[in-house]
Amino acid sequence: MPPRSLDTDVTDRDSSLEQQAVRRSWFLSAPALIVLVFAASGPLLIVLIYSFLKAGPYGGVVWELSGDAWFKVFFQRDIFDETLSLADAHLSIVWRSIQLSFLTTVLALALGFPTAYFIATRPQRSRNLWMFLITIPFWTNLLIRTFAIMEVIRNEGIVNTLLMTLGIIDEPIQMMFTNFAILVGMVYVYLPLMVLPIYASLEKLDFRLVEAGYDLYATRFKVFTRVIIPLVKPGIVAGSILVFIPALGAYVTPRVLGGGKNMMLGNLIELQFGQGRNWPLGAALSMTLLAIVMIALIFYVRGAQREGAGHG
Amino acid sequence: MGQSDGGTARGIDVRGVSKVFDVGPAAVRALDDVSVHIKENEFFTLLGPSGCGKTTLLRLIAGFESASDGEILLDGSPLTHLPPFRRPVNTVFQSYALFPHMSVAKNIAFGLEMLGKPKGEIEQTVNEMLQLVRMEALRDRATAKISGGQQQRVALARALAPKPKVLLLDEPLSALDLKLRKEMQIELKRLQKNTGITFVFVTHDQEEALTMSDRIAVMNQGKILQIGTPRDIYDRPSDRFVADFIGETNFLEAEVVSAEGGRAQVRLIAGAAIAAALPEGGARAGKVTIVVRPEHARLAEKGARGALPGQLENIVYFGTDTHYQVRLQGGALFTVRMQNTRGNAETFRTNSEVGILIAEDAAQVLRH
Repeated sequence: MPPRSLDTDVTDRDSSLEQQAVRRSWFLSAPALIVLVFAASGPLLIVLIYSFLKAGPYGGVVWELSGDAWFKVFFQRDIFDETLSLADAHLSIVWRSIQLSFLTTVLALALGFPTAYFIATRPQRSRNLWMFLITIPFWTNLLIRTFAIMEVIRNEGIVNTLLMTLGIIDEPIQMMFTNFAILVGMVYVYLPLMVLPIYASLEKLDFRLVEAGYDLYATRFKVFTRVIIPLVKPGIVAGSILVFIPALGAYVTPRVLGGGKNMMLGNLIELQFGQGRNWPLGAALSMTLLAIVMIALIFYVRGAQREGAGHG
Repeated sequence: MGQSDGGTARGIDVRGVSKVFDVGPAAVRALDDVSVHIKENEFFTLLGPSGCGKTTLLRLIAGFESASDGEILLDGSPLTHLPPFRRPVNTVFQSYALFPHMSVAKNIAFGLEMLGKPKGEIEQTVNEMLQLVRMEALRDRATAKISGGQQQRVALARALAPKPKVLLLDEPLSALDLKLRKEMQIELKRLQKNTGITFVFVTHDQEEALTMSDRIAVMNQGKILQIGTPRDIYDRPSDRFVADFIGETNFLEAEVVSAEGGRAQVRLIAGAAIAAALPEGGARAGKVTIVVRPEHARLAEKGARGALPGQLENIVYFGTDTHYQVRLQGGALFTVRMQNTRGNAETFRTNSEVGILIAEDAAQVLRH
């Protein structure tokens, strides 16, 4: 056999081995794919279909095609003269959700980055202890933690009692059932989700690069903005996404700390499936939430990429 | 500090510097009262085994660590309270520490940008540096996508671009293969001559130190043992560690018979009396150790005039030269290295009685 064809044989066998490996790895991901299809994509499809149906009188849906739900997401008709106007109630809740989630992300980043940096610069052994401490809140149920915050900020809570005892204020500051309360609760709940990915990035950071920055006349601030931030950006992006998305759909925190007045999208959706007995509207609002998340993600990732290209 | 004599000296003045690291309950003394003057425009090497304190000294000069005691002056002014970004000193790191999120050219421009140089000047200097290290073609390449030798050159260019007064090099060639290392040795020497910048070079490789340096400081256990030119260090080691660490050496026990000026007559345990050089400030009487490099002696017939008698135990052929191991009277083993020149027809047989002729001026008495 001439040597050339021998070569071809070898490459053929290699590529078939590679194909086998690819097939095998698909096999491995099959259970996860099945769960995703049945538990995520399937229900999502049902929600999408429901949003185009008519509401049943006692909840549920009537199998009749209708655009009512989608119309109601954005517009409302006056009950007397039937004039058309924007659905203020819905839109203000959407807008509040976006604002609070954005603020939550910014605050979590402002608090989470120094925390992650602190942990990443500890000796190896104490790092594990610190990470352990960060994960402790996850041991307790979200609802219980939220009630704990309530205990801190309510009118007869720790903060107000302390301030009144010290004579700094005469009457309690109303913090419960405000946007502020929701913000405090969400930052507290989502902070670990910001710390973990940033810590993972910082831990991989070669601190000799920081030294190289100092050596090349970069001040602490310049080292931070020109060396550390660009290298830790994957962690910042991941952390921001992990905080923003669940914050946008938050339900328990605004429900407990925001009361009935300061609703967020999650509460509005729940309302439609519960007391509102308008499943199609709830479904349409759910799809709206999904759309907001996707649009926000696209803008965010694009922005991060563009900035990255600018640095390269 | 109030010393006007040292205040005007150009170069780096390390004065009584100690560095103690607290490692849990134990304190590690990485540098122990080290003093050295590194002249301007000098290629100065800190040579020693790992853990000897050479890198610590380098990091103190760079400003990454602060001294526990003593001070470091550059051109007469103390560096002590200057953070690294205010010192006209740049470092070539052992790991190169190139910024992975920047191109080759951006890496080189970094220091200049931080100094706030005008754009045109930065552009021009970057081009000069790329030319200097012969990397023009790869200027826009990501630093992760170039070879180790190329990364080395970029690290060098990046550190040289701001035109520092002192360039610190922390074992910069240790990650390169032998051939590339030899090339870079010559390259570094050329750069140092062309730029006129003081190079402080840290290495554990004695050959690298000998071929490149103007002067070498040999360090061990946080102390500088000897400072001198490569020739001084190799031919006139004053310390057992220095003699042992650099090259191969025969250690012989002897007794001083008479001393005059820098030279002495010593009587070896093996019998014969030979002349040897005395170290500065070393013992001038009593029992001493002398060192003789294997290539500073040659084999002769048994009973030749002035030869140390011994029995040839082993012959090892190395191509360019041959090592003869001779058991002296008194039991010490003495290695003689002779070049395998053509016409060198003398043949010695194992287990035969031979003589060793030590070249005049070859023996050196150790300080301790």
